[in-house]
Amino acid sequence: MTNSTTNIGSDTTVILDTGCANLSSVKFAFERLQADVIVSADHKVIKSAARVVLPGVGTAGAAMDALVNRDLVAIIKSLTQPVMGVCLGMQMLTQKSLEHGGRTDKDIDCLGLIPTQVDDLDSQGLPLPHMGWNQISVSDHPLFNGISDGSYVYFVHSFKAPISEYTIATSQYGEQFSAAIGKDNFFGVQFHPEKSAAIGSKILQNFLNMGKPA
Amino acid sequence: MLAKRLVPCLDVRDGQVVKGVQFRNHEIIGEIEPLAARYAQEGADELVFYDITASAHDRVIDKSWVSRVAAQIDIPFCVAGGIKTIEQARQMLAYGADKISINSPALSDPSLISRLQDEFGRQCIVIGIDSFYDAESNSYKVKQFTGDEAATKDTQWYTQDWVEEVQKRGCGEIVLNVMNQDGVRGGYDIKQLSIVRAICDVPLIASGGAGTMAHFKDVFEQANVDAALAASVFHKGIIDINELKQYLANENIAIRL
Repeated sequence: MTNSTTNIGSDTTVILDTGCANLSSVKFAFERLQADVIVSADHKVIKSAARVVLPGVGTAGAAMDALVNRDLVAIIKSLTQPVMGVCLGMQMLTQKSLEHGGRTDKDIDCLGLIPTQVDDLDSQGLPLPHMGWNQISVSDHPLFNGISDGSYVYFVHSFKAPISEYTIATSQYGEQFSAAIGKDNFFGVQFHPEKSAAIGSKILQNFLNMGKPA
Repeated sequence: MLAKRLVPCLDVRDGQVVKGVQFRNHEIIGEIEPLAARYAQEGADELVFYDITASAHDRVIDKSWVSRVAAQIDIPFCVAGGIKTIEQARQMLAYGADKISINSPALSDPSLISRLQDEFGRQCIVIGIDSFYDAESNSYKVKQFTGDEAATKDTQWYTQDWVEEVQKRGCGEIVLNVMNQDGVRGGYDIKQLSIVRAICDVPLIASGGAGTMAHFKDVFEQANVDAALAASVFHKGIIDINELKQYLANENIAIRL
């Protein structure tokens, strides 16, 4: 062990304890892959993680409040290991979210780690939220190793990151949008790999293959 | 392209999966976890668990199995039954349920829908509606407490009005249970579902009446629902989910194979 005070392994995946609702689903999915995974908001634990997951469901305002209240903003920004946001967690990695309503009418300042922003998904009259299994087209980002274009993954969302230079996978529902975005060691998926059957497991396994100890 | 979803529904009573005919005469089908795992493996797109006794008996469901199901299966699932408070909803979601479905408690207190939406976001708030065709008035009406025959009662709501109301209050999805069709396997009520589809801007799940593979094709093509829920045809092995998906794909319906 390199760090006796935190007592976590050298290949440990840390899920940030944001208090949000899909924490256990994400944890279960990694456990099905026999991964060494813990849920924590402890700065020492987070710093020594091999890789970090930022989960999130609900509204952007509430999610950012949770990160601020749990003193997680600065530590997330300081991370150099692979960091993957899931669903709203992905949206939190951007500069801001235009998701209004709930508790505020203002734009929500996010973590600013990927220079893009989140706004309404224009479904062109299709039912919202965009809910269910939809197909993705992928880039050569290591998260999608072995994943074919046209693979189905599970989405639930009404807001989206537009297509940009940071798009690493796309999907289509009314309009084309980013199914995943990434910059440097930070990346995120709009869909729920933890609920996306075999394809989702493969994507999570690809994530586990990143940040392996030398 | 977004795939149409096939959703096996497991009615849960006292920790076991049961199925009744037109909401009555429940027979035991099997244990929860093996059935859930089997359906996930066979290609179900999502699962719904209804504790059909919960609301009627004024108690909440025993929740321990929710966490065990979440640990085991890698597709989304929804839990319904007697969830009346923010805290009960929070616990279901914390155990790993992706969505919670509210039926009778929303009729007793519609403000519950908006409070749940404010707290958790609309994406996990499903409203179940038990609708029946009333021949006398030639209209569709909503029933409450359908889990228990003795407790079942009429409400003041016409189905279309309630569909509008629950959307206004912030639900993220609607399951329309057509009671006249439930468990008799005569086909989904295309007419009623089409009427509701026209006023439903959130995803709509058809429930009640599936008996053949063609019934699924019809409800997707003619009522344009997002998902089709069924129980007995899957539990009794009348329709194999895999075969059904192949059939629908061959009929040019968007399906995840």
